[in-house]
Amino acid sequence: MRTASFWIVSFVVAAAVLALSRGLIANEYFFFAGYVVLQYIVLSTAWNILGGYTGYTNFGVGAFFAVGAYSSVVLHKLTSVPVPVMILAGGLVSGVLGFGMGYLTLRLKGVFFAIATLALAIVAQTLIVNWDYVGGSRGIYVIRPQQAPLLGSYIQYLYSLMLVLAWIAVAIARTIERSRLGLGFNAIRDDEAAAEAGGVPTLRLKLISTTLSGALMGMSGAPLPYYVTYLDPASSFNLSYAVNSVAMPLIGGMTSWAGPVIGAVLLGTIQQLATVTISSALNLLIVGLLLIAFVIIAPNGIVGLVQARARLR
Amino acid sequence: MLSLDLAVNAVVAGLLLGGFYAAVTIGVTISFGMLDIVNIAHPAFIMLGSFVAYFVNSSFGIDPILIGVVMAPVFFLVGMAVYQIYFYAFEQRGEESIQGLAFFFGLLFVGEVALILVFGVDYRFVEAPYIGPALHFGMIDLPLRMLIPCLVSLLMLAVLQLFLGRTFIGRAILAVSQDRLALQLMAANPTRIKRIAFGISIATASVAGALLIIIQPVEPSIGRDYIGRIFAICVLGGMTSFPGMLAGAMLIGIVESITATFYGPSWAPAVAFGFLLLTLAIRPAGILGR
Amino acid sequence: MPPLLEVGGLGKRFGGFVALEGIDLAVDTGERLGLIGPNGSGKSTLVNCLCGALHHDSGTIAFDGRTIDGLPAYQRTRLGLARSFQLPKPFRSLNLVDNLRIPLLYTVNARPGPRLSHDAVVDRCLALLDDVGLADKAARLPRDLTQVEMRKLELARAVASAPRLLFADETMAGLSPSEVEEILAVLVRLNEQGITIVLIEHIMRAVMSFSTRLVVLVAGQKIADGPPQEAIRNPEVERAYLGE
Repeated sequence: MRTASFWIVSFVVAAAVLALSRGLIANEYFFFAGYVVLQYIVLSTAWNILGGYTGYTNFGVGAFFAVGAYSSVVLHKLTSVPVPVMILAGGLVSGVLGFGMGYLTLRLKGVFFAIATLALAIVAQTLIVNWDYVGGSRGIYVIRPQQAPLLGSYIQYLYSLMLVLAWIAVAIARTIERSRLGLGFNAIRDDEAAAEAGGVPTLRLKLISTTLSGALMGMSGAPLPYYVTYLDPASSFNLSYAVNSVAMPLIGGMTSWAGPVIGAVLLGTIQQLATVTISSALNLLIVGLLLIAFVIIAPNGIVGLVQARARLR
Repeated sequence: MLSLDLAVNAVVAGLLLGGFYAAVTIGVTISFGMLDIVNIAHPAFIMLGSFVAYFVNSSFGIDPILIGVVMAPVFFLVGMAVYQIYFYAFEQRGEESIQGLAFFFGLLFVGEVALILVFGVDYRFVEAPYIGPALHFGMIDLPLRMLIPCLVSLLMLAVLQLFLGRTFIGRAILAVSQDRLALQLMAANPTRIKRIAFGISIATASVAGALLIIIQPVEPSIGRDYIGRIFAICVLGGMTSFPGMLAGAMLIGIVESITATFYGPSWAPAVAFGFLLLTLAIRPAGILGR
Repeated sequence: MPPLLEVGGLGKRFGGFVALEGIDLAVDTGERLGLIGPNGSGKSTLVNCLCGALHHDSGTIAFDGRTIDGLPAYQRTRLGLARSFQLPKPFRSLNLVDNLRIPLLYTVNARPGPRLSHDAVVDRCLALLDDVGLADKAARLPRDLTQVEMRKLELARAVASAPRLLFADETMAGLSPSEVEEILAVLVRLNEQGITIVLIEHIMRAVMSFSTRLVVLVAGQKIADGPPQEAIRNPEVERAYLGE
């Protein structure tokens, strides 16, 4: 399918999901849960651009996500802007953070890069914890506007925004996948020295990858303050965001846009159900165990399993 | 306001802390520095060691260091089992990077969550006669709860250094870390050696965990602070050298201690990580070779 | 006509170890230059410095008349300086066509002038694979290739960037005599198509038959530079290879 067609088809699918869910579903909880699943679609797709496509493992997801959320807090305190603008702002700030991280870690590979991302996340968290303007370690309360801009409840509005963001993220991933940029990313992942010798501007491409990945993560975190209404560093920098962002693409499959989507929908739904029925700590345990199991048994994820079966036919 | 008393004690505390940090890092120096296995889950095993010490100490009143040493063989077996899984899943298939990292990341996370499920998120501590009293030399205070772990840690370091240098298996481990091909030509099985070495690295976590809970009360998420510290010290120390690692550990211990004393403890976690970033930025040539 | 590649006083140290010292070298267009020397003499270091994988500490490098000293490796490749790797480094998750597509897209299509369309790119990749005899494995992955096929893929990848100068770094190491002949034939064909070739090799028979000029490197210094038969008879060269 040509890239342009993909954008249109995926838009139609997203619009259909939106119309059906808002038209047919009355239970408010669906939109609470749905928001989280969609948020994870964006997070894991974003992670996969740097991780699955370019081969650089980012454990500092929490930093980009939380920076997006806290940039919204700052905007909320300074002035009153619609949430879509906050999303763009979150994306901008996190994109700059991604560029900075990429620049600092240019010459690091493998585990050193991963640890550096973790280090960055801790440093970012420490800075926010000590920044009283946004509440510091005590956290901050954010009041939702009275009226939702469209019809329906405010949560339905946030859900709709996240759906649009998920569509954009997935379409961007697919576009990259089929482009020269995507091939360049893959070359870097497979053998950076050979890529450089082959004419690929590896440093530039790595910066593009970290910036884009960071920006999308920041955008997924931007609406969070309005979603939770109480934001604190402990929850927004939570390691579970990092684990999920790694587990979902890994379980779904890292080589294609479909992997993170499958992983996010599957794991996200399981977690939403588990949080309600069993404890939330137990549901995190399940995610961790699934990650380990898949990494051992099916390292190419669900997409990889499907492709392997197709090849055997 | 620079109080000499405060500063001197901060440095001393830092030295003692650094000695302890060496115990925490020695495992990774073996698994990552020597064997090239990216075990970022090492902090999870340390936390396990801490909670095992807590459990046995609070149930039977046994000294925590004794628990750590006695449990070390159990941790050794666990380490060998983990290596076996890692070897089957990754080293044999030639996969590397992301899947291997994800495996250990998953272990780290599962370890923390499992501890939360069993023990909850409250701080736990152990009881021992040397927690509380301190030695005094003029203006210098030496809390025993820091001095004793530091000494035990140095002892463990010395024992391991001797083991690596004097025993057959120890020297085989050193050989593997330098040249796998040569070892195969000598008809020693590198897999078996690596498994033993990895087991040893996890066994050190048993002792390190016991020392940790003597120094401070622990709760499951503390492990995360140690990832940065461990790798910072490992890199600072030049990856494979024990003396280098000890020096790096003391350096980080001192800087953390001074930061906590004069700027408050909430900045302390950032110190080690900041150091790590600095080290990685300034010494890329050494790292690129990996 | 000025040399295609001109190297003046090149030096490289690793800490206290002097890997290369005062290397002067000129390669003319269309030449078949052989570069030999004992293990550890600095051949690979020299290639890495010339191609941009390492930064040289002293001296200058000029390609096609312009200084390329500060340029990163990918820009040197785009200018027309290509290399194959001693240990083949294929893109493991991509099939052979894509392995060649990457250098094509990032060099030929990155140079000024009209860009090749997607179909034209694929056609050229298939043609390059055919030139080295790998056309029937175009859709396969590198792990399905034999050793000599990997070496050919490595060469094809270097040629995909349409280079003016190609460094063939120990392409024939460990191959059987007939496989060595296969690779030599490919290199000769490439040279006839207009690519200047620098052959870094240990297999003396191949180097002697292929080269129009021979350069000998020992302990980081150039000790001989001239027609193969002469260079070989240089007493210093004999000493380096055979001992006192």
